Amino acid sequence: MEAAARTANGGGRSDAARLVDDDRVHRDAYVDAAVFARELCTFWASTWQYLGHASQVPNAGDVVTVELAGRPLMLVRSSDGTLNVLFNRCAHKGTKLVDDERANVGRHFRCPYHAWTYALDGKPLGVPLREGYEGTRLASCSSGGGLAPIRHVAVHRDFVFVKLGDSGPSFAEYFGDALAALDLLADRSPVGRLEVAGGVLRTMVRCNWKIYLENINDTVHPMATHESAVAAARSVWGDRPEAAEKPMAMEQILPFGAPFEFFDKMGARVYPNGHSVLGTRHSIHSGYGRLPEYEAAMRAVYGEARAAEILEHAPQNAVLYPSLAVKGSPQSIRVIRPLAVDRTLVEAWSFRAVGAPDVLLERTQTYNRLVFSPMSIVAHDDLHLFESIQHGLAAEGNPWVSLHRGHREGEELQRVQDINGTNELLMRNQFRAWARFVALDDEVAP
Amino acid sequence: MTANGASFGHELEALVGDEAMLLDAGRFDDWLALWDAEARYWVPLAGAAQPDDERGQSLADEDRMLLELRVARLRHPRAHSLRPRVACQHVLQRSRVEHATADAATLVTPFVYVEVQGANELMLAGRARHRLVRLASGWKIREKRVDLLGAERPLPAVQLFV
Repeated sequence: MEAAARTANGGGRSDAARLVDDDRVHRDAYVDAAVFARELCTFWASTWQYLGHASQVPNAGDVVTVELAGRPLMLVRSSDGTLNVLFNRCAHKGTKLVDDERANVGRHFRCPYHAWTYALDGKPLGVPLREGYEGTRLASCSSGGGLAPIRHVAVHRDFVFVKLGDSGPSFAEYFGDALAALDLLADRSPVGRLEVAGGVLRTMVRCNWKIYLENINDTVHPMATHESAVAAARSVWGDRPEAAEKPMAMEQILPFGAPFEFFDKMGARVYPNGHSVLGTRHSIHSGYGRLPEYEAAMRAVYGEARAAEILEHAPQNAVLYPSLAVKGSPQSIRVIRPLAVDRTLVEAWSFRAVGAPDVLLERTQTYNRLVFSPMSIVAHDDLHLFESIQHGLAAEGNPWVSLHRGHREGEELQRVQDINGTNELLMRNQFRAWARFVALDDEVAP
Repeated sequence: MTANGASFGHELEALVGDEAMLLDAGRFDDWLALWDAEARYWVPLAGAAQPDDERGQSLADEDRMLLELRVARLRHPRAHSLRPRVACQHVLQRSRVEHATADAATLVTPFVYVEVQGANELMLAGRARHRLVRLASGWKIREKRVDLLGAERPLPAVQLFV
């Protein structure tokens, strides 16, 4: 089906959806600032975004601030232990209540501008010169209602998600079985609990967010893209026998040189709404050293079958579209934030699996540092290419980005579909979701 | 020459200066030769706020093997992120000798680091702390800890050695 035929009503919104064909994407999806502006109002407001992890706000009054699709938000722990998500904007004149990335505000918020105060759930507490508001319409205005909450918040295994607008599916419907990736990550802990640990590596990439996200599912690039890093690792590691115990860094970098066949056979699964798991059979993380004591403890807690499922699940990446990419081993997630049509923030977070040996966190931090740090030699070649694409798409003559690999006429998305690891259905699936949600009505803007 | 002599201090400062000069000149093999076998090049993620003994996250934390890997990659013809050419300039403030004996010394050197590729320029500022040791072959760098100003902010790729 031609994309153009799908869009009934003309105008800006449906124009964006028109950019996606079954097997290719128009460059404007990546480079057109008007499309990006539309995305912020529709796509990013009608899909579920990862906001943060409950372990970031362990105590009452703890706050983390997040800028999500252009909106300043706060994740807040209330005195009764519940989590609130509020807009970080004073109801009076718009001042941000919290400037730091992390803070503890005590028992209430207090605006530094005119001292308006709010409870931890955002309800208004007090304003100075109360008598000046007598007989005014403040109480009936949203300015009198306190800090605006995000209405759609869902927490799964301590991972906090939000949907900014009222359009789009419910949390359960949106993610469906793809949420199992978070269960498998959290269950790496024998007590089923994760804690963020050791800081977050942040990279500013001068490309559209979709380029970064597609690459998370791109198994065909490592051989060419990472040739220099792999060749350097091999030259330093030398001719040591296959069985020689590798330092952690070598254990993590050398598998980037695996052949196409390895990546093709790793297998993948796509879900409705853009989600996916890449590496359903194996991945570059499968060969990390075994930990017999930990594995025995896991079997004791979870039983043989579930323990095997957890321990053998080390996908290349599971994508909870569009803001989160999850690994299982290492316990690493990447968070993707759109900043501008040609600017994306990528954060790499490490988790401690509570009750698991320290070496798992060490692996995670080492992997994130070697592969996702702004100083990573593996990432340098990726980032360079993403920025190169952003510039290259300014070329005329061919407006299309090809996603033809593995496409078959009449390809439809089933509830769950297993495919080979090099099939670009992993990206086509993302764009089908994008085309659907970018065309929804904007219910966020006033 | 004694640990207290002026020429001793100059020799240590000269080593810190040479280290930056060799990076700026792209002479990476000569740069590696300045390092001890037990090398550590460390850029903590929390910058100066990160305690020496904390196992926190780092932008880079590399032993001799990883430094050699990095240099081997810089030489690789398909290290395409280095095209167009990437160049750097360290601007060093005078080093302060924090501690020195006949065989070991610590110098702290505030710096500005500029990395340029094509039209893009990246500027970082901070403080480097060199731990030097005297071996039979002369003074070597055992550790270089780089505390960046704003190390935790989002950064673009930093491709060479700060």
